[in-house]
Amino acid sequence: MFSNPLSLVIWTPIVAGLLVLATGGDQRATLARWLALAGALAGFLVSLPLFTQFNNLHGGMQFVENLPWIESLGIRYHLGVDGISMLFIVLNSFTTLMVVLAGWEVIQKRAGHYMAAFLIMSGLINGAFAALDAILFYVFFEGMLIPMYLIIGIWGGPRRVYASVKFFLYTLLGSLLMLVAFIYLYFQAGKTFEIEAFQALAKIPRDVQLLLFVAFFLSFAVKVPMWPVHTWLPDAHVEAPTGGSMVLAAITLKIGAYGFLRFALPIVPDAALEVAPLMVGLSLVAVVYIGLVALVQTDMKKLVAYSSISHMGFVTLGMFLFTGSQMNVWALEGALVQMVSHGFISAGMFFCIGVMYDRVHSRNIADYGGVANKMPIFAAFMMLFAMSNSGLPATSGFVGEFMVIMGAVQVNFWVAALAATTLIFGAAYTLWMYKRVIFGDVGNDHVEHMQDVNKREFLVLAILALAVLGMGLYPQLFVEKMHLSVNDLIAHVAQSKL
Amino acid sequence: MNWADLNLMPALPEMFLLGALLVILMLDLFISDAKRGITYGLSLVTLAVAAFLQVSTFETFSTITLSGLFVDDPMADIVKVAMYGVTATVLVYTRQYVKDRGLFKGEYYTLALFALLGMNLMVSAGNFISLYMGLELLSLSLCSLIALQRDSVKATEAAMKYFVLSALASGLLLYGMSMVYGATGTLDLPTVAKAVAGGSANTTLMVFGLVFIVAGLAFKLGAVPFHMWVPDVYQGSPTALTLMIGAAPKLAAFVFVIRILVQGLGAMVADWQGMLIIIAVLSMAIGNITAIAQTNIKRMLAYSTISHMGFLLLGLIAGTPEGYASALFYAVVYVLTTLVGFGILLGLSRAGFECETLDDLKGLNGRNSWYALLMLLALFSMAGIPPLAGFYAKFAVIQAIVNINLVWLAVVAVIMSLIGAFYYLRAVKVMYFDEVQDNSPITMPVDMKLILSVNGVALLVLGVVPERLVAMCVEAMQLSLHSL
Repeated sequence: MFSNPLSLVIWTPIVAGLLVLATGGDQRATLARWLALAGALAGFLVSLPLFTQFNNLHGGMQFVENLPWIESLGIRYHLGVDGISMLFIVLNSFTTLMVVLAGWEVIQKRAGHYMAAFLIMSGLINGAFAALDAILFYVFFEGMLIPMYLIIGIWGGPRRVYASVKFFLYTLLGSLLMLVAFIYLYFQAGKTFEIEAFQALAKIPRDVQLLLFVAFFLSFAVKVPMWPVHTWLPDAHVEAPTGGSMVLAAITLKIGAYGFLRFALPIVPDAALEVAPLMVGLSLVAVVYIGLVALVQTDMKKLVAYSSISHMGFVTLGMFLFTGSQMNVWALEGALVQMVSHGFISAGMFFCIGVMYDRVHSRNIADYGGVANKMPIFAAFMMLFAMSNSGLPATSGFVGEFMVIMGAVQVNFWVAALAATTLIFGAAYTLWMYKRVIFGDVGNDHVEHMQDVNKREFLVLAILALAVLGMGLYPQLFVEKMHLSVNDLIAHVAQSKL
Repeated sequence: MNWADLNLMPALPEMFLLGALLVILMLDLFISDAKRGITYGLSLVTLAVAAFLQVSTFETFSTITLSGLFVDDPMADIVKVAMYGVTATVLVYTRQYVKDRGLFKGEYYTLALFALLGMNLMVSAGNFISLYMGLELLSLSLCSLIALQRDSVKATEAAMKYFVLSALASGLLLYGMSMVYGATGTLDLPTVAKAVAGGSANTTLMVFGLVFIVAGLAFKLGAVPFHMWVPDVYQGSPTALTLMIGAAPKLAAFVFVIRILVQGLGAMVADWQGMLIIIAVLSMAIGNITAIAQTNIKRMLAYSTISHMGFLLLGLIAGTPEGYASALFYAVVYVLTTLVGFGILLGLSRAGFECETLDDLKGLNGRNSWYALLMLLALFSMAGIPPLAGFYAKFAVIQAIVNINLVWLAVVAVIMSLIGAFYYLRAVKVMYFDEVQDNSPITMPVDMKLILSVNGVALLVLGVVPERLVAMCVEAMQLSLHSL
């Protein structure tokens, strides 16, 4: 079992996290930090073979591992990735490395526990992406709530308790109904929890499909989050420590979108087709309305949180654009690119805000001004992330949005027109914030005393910037991995189960 | 009676338990207070030997002996071994606590063993009379145990409540049993089962009897609407006794219900299913919702127990061997989890201080992060969050009811467990997010610390590799129910 690369990417960070936990309290914080870095690095390294050895010409699942686990309940330890999930595992392992670096000396209170929580969560997230057994997926999907709850609650801001409980209960509400849906499907599919067996079910009546879709929707829409179940996200983001925000935005939101692709669309395609107009509507509300909400935020973190919701609106939009019963390939691939790209950009944006927060201890836009005078290197990096967040060509932010809009034009011009407003609103809220914070004269004494980034911060910023630029200039690297899986998915969804 | 057929081997562990118990009872009279540790040690040895005898006489089939009064089947064996272990653990966890409160007496240990003997009898009864005798032996022993702290007003009140209400419940149960006797002319469970299945019993009388029996059982389990005694008794009893009431007796009560409803009145499944659905839904709802309002953690755990009993009933409602197995698994996991939760409370209590409100847990992570982690595991397991054992328990019972197409009941159950998650989260919040209030050092005897750690980590280990335990429950249920 430990020779399979997927088992390795799941268990390496978890074991490392337990080791870090075993170093004890604050007395051995330095040891805990280095151990965590080693663990995160190892986790990232073992995830790389997934990317390099992935066979682009092979449809279906790769690196498959299928072992009995809880046979009495019909649950198996079944892992495997396709071109879609593989990308997110690599992205997650990468983000974990960034998070450990980002929290290095910033976290003074129980640093070991902080690092351990992130490492364990990283393993659980990898598990959720790699699971091919519905209950195995569920165990990872829910298990990650525990570390995230503690991360927000222990190291978060002033309203952390409210935010953490809200985060936990919101996500639990959705996923519990999905659990019932899984168990129902278990009996329909002949006593198996294999996700592929669920997908292969030939006949599901319309009413049942709709109910199943509701269960999936509640679970995944909360996680994405889609309007109107998005309200936990700004709270959680604002109160979470920098690392927590980075993981939340870069990875956990993607699990929601991934869930739609892995469960809702292929298992109940007819229901998905039927409610697609509604989903498109909700996505457009997220894109346009949440974009406007972001415009009026005075708190930088909240602004980026709303911007995340708006960008995730693009992702769900791309997934539910149908022509007849055919999903739009442009839009779908655009959505996936957008997911990966948003992982880099949002991590970068939240890290930038974290860098400023560590110096001034405020997230209010009004407390800044003229940061560029004191932190020129930092200002340059943040410029790149801000531009990418607003969808500037040659950055990764552009590619995904452009592809989704292209797909939307093929389906419905007005949907495309509304979606395209994001290029205006996105630029408006991001760049306006950037202007107020970075440009102008030095605003106050706090800004006067700001030091430019140190080596550690520079390293994180540089790596993220490279990723954003690289993906903007050569998206093919990612797209070619997912291409076959996307086509399989589209072909599968096009077959009615009525 | 035909003496040649009298096979006492299946009851060997019980006979040993009784013998050893009487020896301890006598011996204790000659032991001075300073050497009371001997009684404690002997009790543990008794439990170990009884468990050994139980395992070594294990058979994969049912044996009925003593003219049908005593049944020994795999289900009984598995539950009895669990009860020996649980009782031993309880004795270890409570030693320091009872010492601090002047309860470290011979009676504490002999009564605990008497309670265990009663439970063994309940678990192995094949006849309404032996069921009832086991039940009364358990109730009366527990009642005297609660009242052992004579000068505590709260404990005396709790003992009184427990006595009066358990007498009432026993009355209901007896009334029901007498009706069943009237309808079938026998108290022997297999014969009752045959009479009911064969249609020779008066249906009206049987249904009336069933109603009283279900009410009595619900009383014993502490399920709504017969739950009123649970919070008061949990809160009023010394924590050591709360644990004793909340742990092994739940296992015994579960088998008790299986014996009566499944093995005795299995043919009336359609009748009791509906009643249990109402009881289960109410228990889950009222237990979870009322627990939110509690600030006393013992009381909160009492309401949580009520809701857990509702979940456990789901497995019975399914009426399938898998359902019964899932309920057995639920009971075992529930008891393991309860041991950890109350173990921590016992460890945090000290002479002159009872750890019983949520505030007493404030900042536990800052005081001792290991105990906080153990408590966290227990709370998340109760909430049914994977990857902890409690998740699979809930999962298995929900799977069982979806199997009989009661999807709506499954939806109700998961919504109730969502509500329940809130108060468990609040307890975690108090331990992890709040600042330390009471910074006195936590002292725990080494043996207790060790067992508590193993116990807590087991919740996580069982969450990662639950297969062995689940399979054991499934097999025990199949073997036991098949042969009747």
